Amino acid sequence: MTNNTPILELKGVTSAYGRIKAIREVSLKVYPGEVVSIIGANGAGKSTTLMSICGVLRPEEGEVWYDGRRIDGLAADLLPPRGLCQVPEGRRIFPRLTVEENLDMGAFFRSDPEGIEHDKNRVFQLFPILLERRRQQGGTLSGGEQQMLAMGRALMGRPRLLLLDEPSLGLAPLIVQQIFHIIREINESDGVTVVLVEQNANLALKNSSRGYVLETGNVIMEDSAAALLANPAIRKAYLGE
Amino acid sequence: MTIRASKLWLRYGLAMAWFFVLLWPLLGIKPEGLEFAVSFAIWIKVAVAAAILLALYQLNKAGAFGFLTRPAAAAGRVAVGAAARVPRWLVLSVVLAAAVSFPFFTERYAHDVAISVLVYIILGLGLNIVVGLAGLLDLGYIAFFGVGAYTYALLSVHFGVSFWLCLPISACFAAVAGCIIGYPTLRMRGDYLAIVTLGFGEIVRIVLNNWMSVTNGPNGILGIKSPGAYWWQGDTLEHIWLNNLEQLYFIILALAVFTVIAVYRLNHSRIGRAFEAVREDQTAAELMGVNTLGIKLLAYALGAVFGGLAGTFFAARMQFVSPESFTFIESAMVLSMVVLGGMGSIPGVILGAVVLIVLPELFRGFQLYRMFVFGGVMAMMMVFRPKGLWPAKRLGQRSEERG
Amino acid sequence: MAGGLRPQKARTPVEFFLQQLVNGVTLGGVYALVALGYTMVYGIIQLINFAHGEIYASGGYMGVILISWLFAHGFPPMVCLGAALILAMGYCALLAMALEKVAYKPLRQSSRLSVLLSALGMSIFLQNGLMLTQGVYDRAYPTEMVQGGFHVHGVIVSYMQCIIVGLTVLLLVLLNLLVYRTRIGKAMRATAQDKTMSALVGINSSRIISVTFAIGAGLAAAAGIMVGLYYGSVRYDMGFVPGIKAFSAAVLGGIGNITGAMLGGLLIGVIEVFAAGYISSEYKDVFAFIILIAVLYFMPTGIMGENVDDTRI
Repeated sequence: MTNNTPILELKGVTSAYGRIKAIREVSLKVYPGEVVSIIGANGAGKSTTLMSICGVLRPEEGEVWYDGRRIDGLAADLLPPRGLCQVPEGRRIFPRLTVEENLDMGAFFRSDPEGIEHDKNRVFQLFPILLERRRQQGGTLSGGEQQMLAMGRALMGRPRLLLLDEPSLGLAPLIVQQIFHIIREINESDGVTVVLVEQNANLALKNSSRGYVLETGNVIMEDSAAALLANPAIRKAYLGE
Repeated sequence: MTIRASKLWLRYGLAMAWFFVLLWPLLGIKPEGLEFAVSFAIWIKVAVAAAILLALYQLNKAGAFGFLTRPAAAAGRVAVGAAARVPRWLVLSVVLAAAVSFPFFTERYAHDVAISVLVYIILGLGLNIVVGLAGLLDLGYIAFFGVGAYTYALLSVHFGVSFWLCLPISACFAAVAGCIIGYPTLRMRGDYLAIVTLGFGEIVRIVLNNWMSVTNGPNGILGIKSPGAYWWQGDTLEHIWLNNLEQLYFIILALAVFTVIAVYRLNHSRIGRAFEAVREDQTAAELMGVNTLGIKLLAYALGAVFGGLAGTFFAARMQFVSPESFTFIESAMVLSMVVLGGMGSIPGVILGAVVLIVLPELFRGFQLYRMFVFGGVMAMMMVFRPKGLWPAKRLGQRSEERG
Repeated sequence: MAGGLRPQKARTPVEFFLQQLVNGVTLGGVYALVALGYTMVYGIIQLINFAHGEIYASGGYMGVILISWLFAHGFPPMVCLGAALILAMGYCALLAMALEKVAYKPLRQSSRLSVLLSALGMSIFLQNGLMLTQGVYDRAYPTEMVQGGFHVHGVIVSYMQCIIVGLTVLLLVLLNLLVYRTRIGKAMRATAQDKTMSALVGINSSRIISVTFAIGAGLAAAAGIMVGLYYGSVRYDMGFVPGIKAFSAAVLGGIGNITGAMLGGLLIGVIEVFAAGYISSEYKDVFAFIILIAVLYFMPTGIMGENVDDTRI
């Protein structure tokens, strides 16, 4: 947080599906070592923002900078090798690949067998259940296990910046706590910068240093997580008070 | 600009090198030894042609033809503007008048070509109902043409039924065949449909080829009667056979005009809109109360009717049918007319039929290359101009084309 | 039948049955090889690659060209066969990759109908290209290269059949290893299952699609050579009907399913030979189509069904 060159910066990014603009001139900065939340209601453009960062959706206007280089317009498959990995909405496990094969796919672009083995052990250490299920097909896992597998798969790419889309969606509260615990651990002990997109604003803000609030495709507020949690307007709109 | 141009030429060079590598084994390795000359001769032709096209393309982009294209575009705008002011009935009547007077200014050979064009126009418009309107890819369409032709052939040879009576009978038979083929395919997805209709088309051909007792197999059926008519010979009304090309031309012209009117009316009817709804979004159509299965079956049946009509005429005109006329290549040919002209567009399909029949006639020396060029053009059309030469006007876009 | 073997005496019904089975398995193996190309391409980009039959025919032609050339220069038969096989497979792989780049890749965002029509166009283009470059008439394989066979209980098995079945099994095993054990195979399956996600883990899907086309084409080329050797000749339009049959086999096994395509191919081959032997040889082609239609109508997910999905790629 002390470093003042952002690892990720969006400058006035506008993205659209066909003629419908999903986000308008979104600007945000993420500094190395931070956990940043993007909160907002359903359809506010949170996932679109992530898709525009990682190259699945090409922004119509604006610039995306990552690690000192402009990355908008780059093909999506060029970003993971640079340390930008995503756990997308709905987790998107490869259903007919085994758990271990799913993890191998996360390290597809890497060619250091020892490093891959080391990271796989680290993933199994973080999520012991995956070790148990390593020969099972991804599609047969429960929702929580799939979320863990999706995070494990992203970690296999040895990311420096991890984008997480709704990690709590559809999961039991206990599992959600476990997942957020691991997110903090990844951030603190592995030094991975995390961008967290969440509908569950309370949980997200409690686990991050800063937050952005998206509403109908626009950033309407940005502040430290604590300030946002204390903001009466935010409490009313997103924290259910 | 210069950097981009050099990159383009580099790509061209690479593509040509690759093409030569691909071409050489098939042409150059002989049991007697290796030979470069043949493949090199073909390669150099293609390379030069492609280079010229590429150069033209670049010059055009650089604006070298501005002195030509700018006045042409202006003239085009004027022409379009003028055409828009001419009432449509006038255009249609001029076209019709030209079509009717055509045989009086031309010779036998031209009549022959014109008859083929009109037959293919009917086939193209029939297939257009299935492919263009209802969005069901049918690769066995020529089977209906075959059913129509054989219906008339058999009825005419064995029972002496007249051509005019056979037109509706053949159409019915073809419609039934359409339903038979259509029914099992109704629930299939688009691409399975393509291969199944292809299979059905082949089944029909194989049956025609092997059912010796009825169809006389590959030898075909001879001695089919021409259409008959009563006409004044002097003072008495006598029965005559309409078997010269001029008379046949008018019959097929009438059938073609009937088809155009029928398809036009269909396009603008409730059923036509239902077809489009099924094509665009089957689930949505169903939710809006369209009976999608019935509509699809109707599309097959209606398409088949025109195939049957064209087939009846074909049998009467050739006075001979054999399974050879109903191969997959014919289906592909009709389909490429629809695609080339523009799916769902009546003038487009007519244009497609004219282009695909008349052009090969003009270049008779290249007869062998006909299907070769067709195939290539079909693929390139999909890449560069998927809507065809004369695209259909429609409201809104296809769902998958959006965004 | 290759090898010029004749039965020693009149056959019993059991012997006839077994003979049909042997012939059917031989043919079925070849269909399986072609079907794999359809199923893999369909699995990864949901396209019926109509031009696949023409790739198979090109393989057959490359085979006849290379084998005759090598054989005429006095190489031993097995060397001829091996070299021709490898070169033809490589050539067809390149051809299929070029085809994909030219006719399918620019249409990745277009409607399915457009891609299907483009595939159909390329099929016609390649078939007529073969006709123009290689002529309209059959080209004979030097079948004298591998002659003879042996009798087992009145059933004739030619050495050529042994080679065909052996090679087919070898290729199928290699393919399975490739798809399930290697990094590129896993990436292929991942791409088939979720293209966006595979891009998000750094897989270049265009490259994987190219590889898929190349593998399918290689198998088809091998099948083309074997069919040429089995029947003794190739023809420019030899790809059309076997193409539909192999596609039927892929559908029968459940499209996108590799094991299914192998089984489906075997079944279609056996059914065709039995239908020709017991019912009518004129209508043998009809049976494959009827199976195709029946399968699509009654069990569109194929014999492997949707629940047995571990073998879908």
